Amino acid sequence: MTQLGFYVDTSKCTGCKTCQLSCKDDNQLPVGVNWRRVYEYGGGNWEENNDGTFSQDVFTYYASISCNHCARPACTKACPTGAMHKRPEDGLVLVDESVCVGCRYCEMACPYGAPQYSEEKKHMTKCDGCYDRLAQGLGPICVESCPLRALEFGPIEELRAKYGDRANVAPLPDPTLTHPSVVIGTCRHSRPSGDTTGAILNPTEV
Amino acid sequence: MKSWIENTLISPLKRRSFMKWGSAMGGAAAIAGSLPLKSVAKVNVEQANENVTKTTWSACLVNCGSRCALRLHTRDGVITSVETDNTGDENTFGLHQIRACLRGRSIKHRVYNPDRLKYPMKRVGKRGEGRFERISWDEALDLMADQLKDKAKRFGNDSIFCSYGSGTTGYRTDGRNALRRLLNMTGGYLNYYGNYSWGQIQFALPYTYGSKKPSAFGSYTTEIENSNLLVMFGYNPAETRMSGGGEIYEHMHAMKKRSVRTIIIEPRYTDTMLGKEDEWIPIRPGTDAALVEGIAHVLISENLVDQAFLDKYCQGFDEKSLPASAPKNGHYKAHIMGQGPDGVEKTPEWAAKITGIPVKRIIKLAREIGNAKPAYIVQGTGIQRQANGEQTARSIVMLPILTGNIGLPGTHTGDMPANYNYPVPRLPTGANPVKASIPFFKWTDAIIRADEMTDKTDGLRNCESLNNAIKMIICYSGNFVNQHAQSNRTAEILKDESLVEFITVIDNHMTPSARYADLLLPDVTYFENTEVTSNGYASGSQGVVFPMVPAIKPMYECRSAYDFCSSLAERFGIREKYTEGRTHEEWVEYLYAGAMAKDPQLPSLKDLQKNGPYKTIAPEEGRIALEDFRNDPETHALGTPSGKIEIYSTRLEQIAREWTLPEGDVITPLPQYVTTWESHLDPLTEKFPLQLIGFHTKGRVHSTYHNIPELREAVIDGVWINPRDAEARGIKNGDSVRIWNDRGETRVLAKVTPRIIPGVMALGEGAWYTPDRKGVDQGGCINTLTSHRNTPLSKGNPQHTNLVEIAKV
Repeated sequence: MTQLGFYVDTSKCTGCKTCQLSCKDDNQLPVGVNWRRVYEYGGGNWEENNDGTFSQDVFTYYASISCNHCARPACTKACPTGAMHKRPEDGLVLVDESVCVGCRYCEMACPYGAPQYSEEKKHMTKCDGCYDRLAQGLGPICVESCPLRALEFGPIEELRAKYGDRANVAPLPDPTLTHPSVVIGTCRHSRPSGDTTGAILNPTEV
Repeated sequence: MKSWIENTLISPLKRRSFMKWGSAMGGAAAIAGSLPLKSVAKVNVEQANENVTKTTWSACLVNCGSRCALRLHTRDGVITSVETDNTGDENTFGLHQIRACLRGRSIKHRVYNPDRLKYPMKRVGKRGEGRFERISWDEALDLMADQLKDKAKRFGNDSIFCSYGSGTTGYRTDGRNALRRLLNMTGGYLNYYGNYSWGQIQFALPYTYGSKKPSAFGSYTTEIENSNLLVMFGYNPAETRMSGGGEIYEHMHAMKKRSVRTIIIEPRYTDTMLGKEDEWIPIRPGTDAALVEGIAHVLISENLVDQAFLDKYCQGFDEKSLPASAPKNGHYKAHIMGQGPDGVEKTPEWAAKITGIPVKRIIKLAREIGNAKPAYIVQGTGIQRQANGEQTARSIVMLPILTGNIGLPGTHTGDMPANYNYPVPRLPTGANPVKASIPFFKWTDAIIRADEMTDKTDGLRNCESLNNAIKMIICYSGNFVNQHAQSNRTAEILKDESLVEFITVIDNHMTPSARYADLLLPDVTYFENTEVTSNGYASGSQGVVFPMVPAIKPMYECRSAYDFCSSLAERFGIREKYTEGRTHEEWVEYLYAGAMAKDPQLPSLKDLQKNGPYKTIAPEEGRIALEDFRNDPETHALGTPSGKIEIYSTRLEQIAREWTLPEGDVITPLPQYVTTWESHLDPLTEKFPLQLIGFHTKGRVHSTYHNIPELREAVIDGVWINPRDAEARGIKNGDSVRIWNDRGETRVLAKVTPRIIPGVMALGEGAWYTPDRKGVDQGGCINTLTSHRNTPLSKGNPQHTNLVEIAKV
């Protein structure tokens, strides 16, 4: 099996969210359902100096995350119906919407927030790696939409050979939990997973 | 039918409950609730079972500066999804794809939007109440023609005003071009000059650099790759030039290529930074000129100025090049070193107190700028939307001037960067028989105090005074109540039917300004229209021709401007003259044929429409601003009186003598920091302690795209406030807050973030103005708080100069 996955270059990303909106458009997702989410991670402190001027060590970067199609997905383990499954040929994690009962256990289990409950359908939905587009020789819609060319998609081993295997970057969880098929390109501000010096600055947007 | 269509069309209530949840957006629901638009028509599904799919090329025509290719996928005549450019060569810079941003990718929700205007309507309640009744196009055009004739007869054509509107930017043969063609044939209308985006910088810099191109714009951003230091004053392409083909893409490409050291000076930690910069220097809004003077002090004291350049190319740096008309010690060096009229030495310590930047940092920045050869120094244009914006724009360009970083590879003028443009032909609009012109920002004054306005007090052009007040407004794709400063004041003026007697609004949606119309005309969206358009004005070194093929038929009873203007022309007996016998499509074909005759490389119209955008790249020569002047200052003298770079401007010296200014306003021949009203040094800070600036949010383009729930979800409208200021007021991230000053009050969410300097708040402009019964804006519209007081020189918009207070609701 060739496991497919994403590369997310946080040194190129400007947090514009075109990936999120192009995914929403292509997959007809309503407000409240976001197969791709852009996390704004940042922190830093301000000091007022004696002369009234300011010093600071502020940092911010964005991490665009969809489903990482993990090697050891937490969602499939949590799924009581077998609807959530890993496709044998390319490792994409998919939800069989005709089987899913909408219990939302996968949503609770996934540390990346990938499974998204649809109020309208009354069951789970999620990033499917645009397998329909892949079959036509196209890339995932998010990758082809990225204005800054910060996203790539392909066999994860090729991406790792090209970009290394960092996935332990805040605000993402420790990758040993699920072995995500994602490589994060770091930037000058990157903090490790578990970092406590920053926080997700846009909790209502993700 | 696709679920998204059900969401937007069939279930408007569900959509609205979301809009309300966003608190800042409660307004949109309030507007729509009082309109006949509650009833949502069904999409034309006559071919529903045929399953005919189609893909057509189009583009996003909004005023972000960029322009992006869109591919619209339709099924049975309904847009199902939107993709972007997939042509060219991603590995060859210049031929890269022009990828649309999140706005363009959500554009189908603008087409199928419950706010769409569907048929002509006329006002039935009081003006501004938003009550309308449906009328036929014949009735509407009779009414419009009668009103135009009436105003021309009773007052004169100069009482008719075509208001500012950039909601649809990029039409070449339709839209406002079509409207202006008609009005120019029927006697004309009162002109305006300048614009809300660059009103001050474009007015001010010609005093320094002359009015000859390329000085009005700078070097291309591609020159960054030839530079050793990049210094950006308020320049934020990641949020203002979002296209994946234009300025931000080119900027990042150039920065990466050279890993050029980058320093960004901004009150906000913007999305252009995020670690791509080497250093962020936070600064108090409106104080950039003080920083420049502190830097200039170090450059002069430490002999880091390029004296040979200043002697040869510039006027007024020191005694040697000071013009005869100037007072003794009227030169820049004296001003900086404390020998000028104010007697204040502009030391780094002096600048630190004003700007909030530590002394050591100012000295270090000055040494970096003084020693980097070459340095690319650039400014954005938010910083000139301040009460002292002309001074700031002229001050920042002093840094490349003082260090001789001009006209050489890797340099820039300190202005906005230059962009290439492909000259796609336009529908000829003819000349306006009315010559009088007002500054863009003074139109409300031309309603209420036209008789007081003169060239010397209010910047009138081509006339010394006005013959008439504005009595009729025609607004095409504009949002004048929302986007002009001081919305409450604008609304009050427009409500008075004895002032402006008739207002026509032509738009796609029921905007806050459309509520003030007497006559509403529904325009088609550009996906229902044919066009060939060019790149915008922020495309970097790419020049592009975009085909636009109608993806769907015109919806409801919507008609394009060219179409209804042709019918309007008939009511003036000039239909033939107006159309020259051509339909709109025939104009597109005719003008394109003209373009093909000039450029043999251009594909045929059919091929363009089939294959997508035609891309060209700027020639390598001509990318460095003032290169010709640097090489030969005699032959390529600038358009200033001296032909040189005028640090000391004799024209401003004259204007300062002749113009009448309100108390506190000054115009000076030298660029200098001026403390203004509602700066952080204004005593009014006792009552309103925080500065409030606007910015271009990623979630819309000015006020366009505001009524898209998917975008409101992705980019929450929140006021940026530093944790220090928030904690002092008990405000937490996500709290509902009220922001107010003596001009109004608005409600919005708080975004508590370290990404903004203490003492300053920032709010994305363009949210829809939605006053409740008490006049409190529930929509988060920043112009509830901004001032209509104009700037001294350009009479422009200081919409980022505001003092306010904030509290939890």
